[in-house]
Amino acid sequence: MHATTTVRPKRSAGFALLSPAVLILLVWSIVPLLLTLWYSFRNYNLVDPTLQGFAGINNYWYLLTDPDFLQSLLNTLILVVGVLAISVGGGTLLAVLYDQDFFGRGIARVLVISPFFVMPTVSALLWKNLMLHPIYGVYSSMMRAVGLTPIDWLQRFPMATIMMIVAWEWLPFAVLILLTAVQSLDSEQKEAARMDGAGAIAQFRYIILPHLSRAITVVVMIETIYLLTIFAEISVTTAGGPGVASTNLAFLIYSRALLQFDVGGASAGGVIAIVIANIVAAFLVRAVARNLEA
Amino acid sequence: MGTCLAAAHAESELTIATVNNGDMIIMRQLSSEFEKTHPGIHLKWVTLEENVLRQRVTTDIATGAGQFDIMTIGNYEVPIWAKQKWLAELHPAADYDMQDILPAVRQGLSVNGQIYALPFYAESVMTYYRTDLFKKAGLTMPESPTYDEIRGFADKITDKSNQVYGICLRGKPGWGENMAYVTSLVNTFGGQWFGMGWKPLIDSPAWKAAINWYVSALREDGPPGATSNGFNENLALFASGHCGMWIDSTVAGGLLFDPKQSQVADKVGFAPSPKGAYGKGPTWLWSWNLAIPASSKHTEDAQTFITWATSKEYVKLVAERKGWVAVPAGTRASTYKTPEYQKAAPFASFVQHAIETADPNGQTAQPRPYGGAQFVGIPQFQALGTQVGQTIAATLSGQVTVDQALASAQSSVTRTMRQSGYSH
Repeated sequence: MHATTTVRPKRSAGFALLSPAVLILLVWSIVPLLLTLWYSFRNYNLVDPTLQGFAGINNYWYLLTDPDFLQSLLNTLILVVGVLAISVGGGTLLAVLYDQDFFGRGIARVLVISPFFVMPTVSALLWKNLMLHPIYGVYSSMMRAVGLTPIDWLQRFPMATIMMIVAWEWLPFAVLILLTAVQSLDSEQKEAARMDGAGAIAQFRYIILPHLSRAITVVVMIETIYLLTIFAEISVTTAGGPGVASTNLAFLIYSRALLQFDVGGASAGGVIAIVIANIVAAFLVRAVARNLEA
Repeated sequence: MGTCLAAAHAESELTIATVNNGDMIIMRQLSSEFEKTHPGIHLKWVTLEENVLRQRVTTDIATGAGQFDIMTIGNYEVPIWAKQKWLAELHPAADYDMQDILPAVRQGLSVNGQIYALPFYAESVMTYYRTDLFKKAGLTMPESPTYDEIRGFADKITDKSNQVYGICLRGKPGWGENMAYVTSLVNTFGGQWFGMGWKPLIDSPAWKAAINWYVSALREDGPPGATSNGFNENLALFASGHCGMWIDSTVAGGLLFDPKQSQVADKVGFAPSPKGAYGKGPTWLWSWNLAIPASSKHTEDAQTFITWATSKEYVKLVAERKGWVAVPAGTRASTYKTPEYQKAAPFASFVQHAIETADPNGQTAQPRPYGGAQFVGIPQFQALGTQVGQTIAATLSGQVTVDQALASAQSSVTRTMRQSGYSH
């Protein structure tokens, strides 16, 4: 009895101190969410104020039956899976490689991590205008120098090119996390395996990879959250095109809201994106929890 | 009180949203002259790429955010926004000489006899070509070329190994980018956006013929990366010697003939916009204008600035500082009467004629419920134009065929028109 009376005031003081912050955070996220939900059921077009009123499920119906919507979902999936495969695969390989002792390792590590510090817009501009521009770009000059016709990557293979740019940005993050994990591996374990006659591949397969599994899960989770909403790279390089070839869900919503000024339709897209993100998040959290507990 | 007002006036700062086209950049540079003569007014510039500018000013004015005091908008927006009471009425002083503005341009800026924006420069469409390449290939540009002839010329002057491409055209998606060109192309092929009753006519044979011409010309004789090229990108390509021909805005003339900005200034020829199977149809009439949003708190100062920037005196100032070839074109009859301009800009009378005959309300092959030359004068056109522009761009990269693209454009336009209540 005595104990509870001393604990309770502390708890309530904690609540009292925390509540303003919690309240602000709640309002911060709930107000926009409710507004998005509200607009998604309204006729709301910025350029045509005569079109008003309740739209029912029209905004959702027009969006879900739009072929561009399916394409954008597919593109979102391709982008997430593709970048994850490149960054986790490449990251693991580089982490193992950079764990070896070689001349200039410090500089090499800094170089491999540096793209992470370039802003997405800047890196997209760099790739578009400096590297891949079909007339003035570095790649184009190199191809022409050896007598080959340069490929116009962003027009011919827009999705693959964006995937490459995004992977270039995210590979350093994976390397950083995975290298830390590799370095935390007990050297005695590796030594024992080597003495038992395990080759480099067997060591990697049976010792390093299982050891990295947690770190890989963390990389996958954090990257997925960001990759679902890739926007700047698409907006700068291809503007979602040609056609809708490189339009992901985030760009589709932007295009509805700010190129077509259809706030109602964009809000419906926003609500659908929130639902999808939550499904993915729930799935990831379960997978991660299982892996982290193991 | 008087000092108070003067002090308040001294603080007035005008935020101006404008597009990153060459003439606007000059206006921005020369605006320090305005600040010198109007010490109470300070100017803050927001210069943006065309598509981004549209996005920013449209959201700003539609939501009444009041971020800008002066906006650069087209003759597409002026009547629509004036009807929605989003723009302040303008009352230029008598010495501004409103009658000097070319009638075709003036009409596009008035609603019920009231003026809502002042034109900075105006444009129609013309064909630019490289006289040296034509001479080398033994070709002569006819006085009034057809699209078939242009295609033949493009084939003959394309020299990909030297990065010379027979024809450059807009491919960057956007209702004011690729669709401005495509709409005027389609018009002369006998196509149009809508028939009476707002029935979309995009899957018609005329559209197919026009887009097939466009796609085959650009794929075979165009520069790589055409889907990224808008007005500015093509201007840079032509000025640096990469294009044999370019069909685009007449305003490029002043930049291509200017030796300071163009490496091919002494080798540029010009001809009217080519004709397709229909041969007639509205061509292109665009003006970039300065307008004041109704939400501005500095309406009077804003009007002082925009009358300055669109006045005869401003034209003279540009002539003095940058040469006559660089003056804003297409707006004032007095500019075209100036002998120095006629001498510096060999295309002057040609452009004046193109603007006066662009005919935004002219006859298309079938009767139509809308006005506009290279656009459709309804609020939904920004959405439609951008959507269809994306679809047309996909045909250039070969992802979809022309037939597929037009069928999908027809269906998306039908959907949008239904959603916005034009058709049921």
